[in-house]
Amino acid sequence: MSEFEPKVVAFFCNWCTYGAADLAGVSRLDYPPNFRVVRLPCTGRLNPKFIMEAFKRGADGVWVSGCHPGDCHYIAGNYYARRKFILLHTLLESIGVDPNRLRFSWISSAEANKFQAMARDVIEHVKACGPNLTFRKAELQLDLPEVA
Amino acid sequence: MSNLDTLTQKIREKAKSLLEGGQADVVIGYRTGTVPLMAAPFFARTPQDCDQLVWSSFARLNLANYLPGRTEKVALVAKGCDARNAVGQVAENQYPKDKLFILGVPCSGQVDAAKVAAKEPRPIQTSEETDDSIKLTGPGYSTDLKKEDVLRRNCLTCAHRTPTLANELVGPEVPSLPTDDFSDLTALLAKSSEERLTYFKDLIKDCLRCYACRNACPLCYCPVCFVDETRPQWLGKSTDPMDTMTFHLLRGLHCAGRCTACGACETACPVNIKVREFNRVLDKTVKENWSYEPGLAWDQKPPLTVYQPNDPADFIK
Repeated sequence: MSEFEPKVVAFFCNWCTYGAADLAGVSRLDYPPNFRVVRLPCTGRLNPKFIMEAFKRGADGVWVSGCHPGDCHYIAGNYYARRKFILLHTLLESIGVDPNRLRFSWISSAEANKFQAMARDVIEHVKACGPNLTFRKAELQLDLPEVA
Repeated sequence: MSNLDTLTQKIREKAKSLLEGGQADVVIGYRTGTVPLMAAPFFARTPQDCDQLVWSSFARLNLANYLPGRTEKVALVAKGCDARNAVGQVAENQYPKDKLFILGVPCSGQVDAAKVAAKEPRPIQTSEETDDSIKLTGPGYSTDLKKEDVLRRNCLTCAHRTPTLANELVGPEVPSLPTDDFSDLTALLAKSSEERLTYFKDLIKDCLRCYACRNACPLCYCPVCFVDETRPQWLGKSTDPMDTMTFHLLRGLHCAGRCTACGACETACPVNIKVREFNRVLDKTVKENWSYEPGLAWDQKPPLTVYQPNDPADFIK
């Protein structure tokens, strides 16, 4: 029996973390392949619907990453996003979703090493949680494709 | 004359003078409902209509719900919570302030029909109330309940029973109660995450997804609600508990920092779900993080529309 390989949906800001992932790639930095990236124009674009959709369809974890406060390409998108994250994080944690399944981070496009470390850390934590069996749809094969 | 009758008289007098004086085109208030323990929303457009307006402890619905998109000048009969929602709607540009007249009613709490049903399971045919008790009659019985025993839970921790920003109050102010200290929530949050997940799943297991809570809510005025969106369809139409959970979580998030704890959602719920539990988690967070309470000033900005460069968020790594 092989080790549990989690599926994590990652939402990255185009201007920073997405670039960091790219830089990590060209720098030949090794990181786990367990996450599927959705590229956002800004973390301010992140609607809580997206996170719920990922969990509903069976994602084992969700990782949201954007620009450091003060570095937003659109001046203040991540400041607004941060307030949303505070509510979202508290709400999901309060209703009993394991906080290890949901990660928020700030990674600039130059921080390839931080990206690598964070990617490993996220996957490690989600692995420790095990498969997501309690916070997803009971029947994944309705007509919705499972998170690939 | 009981206090309730005095309030009713004052509401009628004021409503008449507002309509006659042209300060309002319609007075939105309550009239006696067709079922016991319920006051029905009523739109009084002529001075004659005003004689149907009443005040009771069954005025659980939130009339601020009728404001968004309305073009006439409205006089709103409002409890403390309703008045705060009306102010919130003005702040969110859903209704112009100059067309609004808040006829504030100092409120000493509204009766919870579910609590009454728990104390008196027999069928109820009529309900009459005095200032501190409710007389229920049904087939072959009649019983008195003390009002303070059957008040809604949000009414027991209401810090703004007297409307804060009313154009006029129809009665003397009522003393405030200590605010919701979220003590029950703190106890719940101290439990393990499995227990909490079970608690919240159990809480909504009877949910029919009738969306009555959304329809009763004065915060829900979006032209297309996320539950009705189809392309993409964010909320599945199945009976899967996760779809129901998604509805409640997203509904809670949409109301975060805007909810005045009026309890209209719980009143409207046909299966008596404590739907406000999700809102309370968020209210607590909003209060702790941004010390914000909605509906206390006309130019207040909802907390998610503003930011501080140093908003604390240690969980973001």
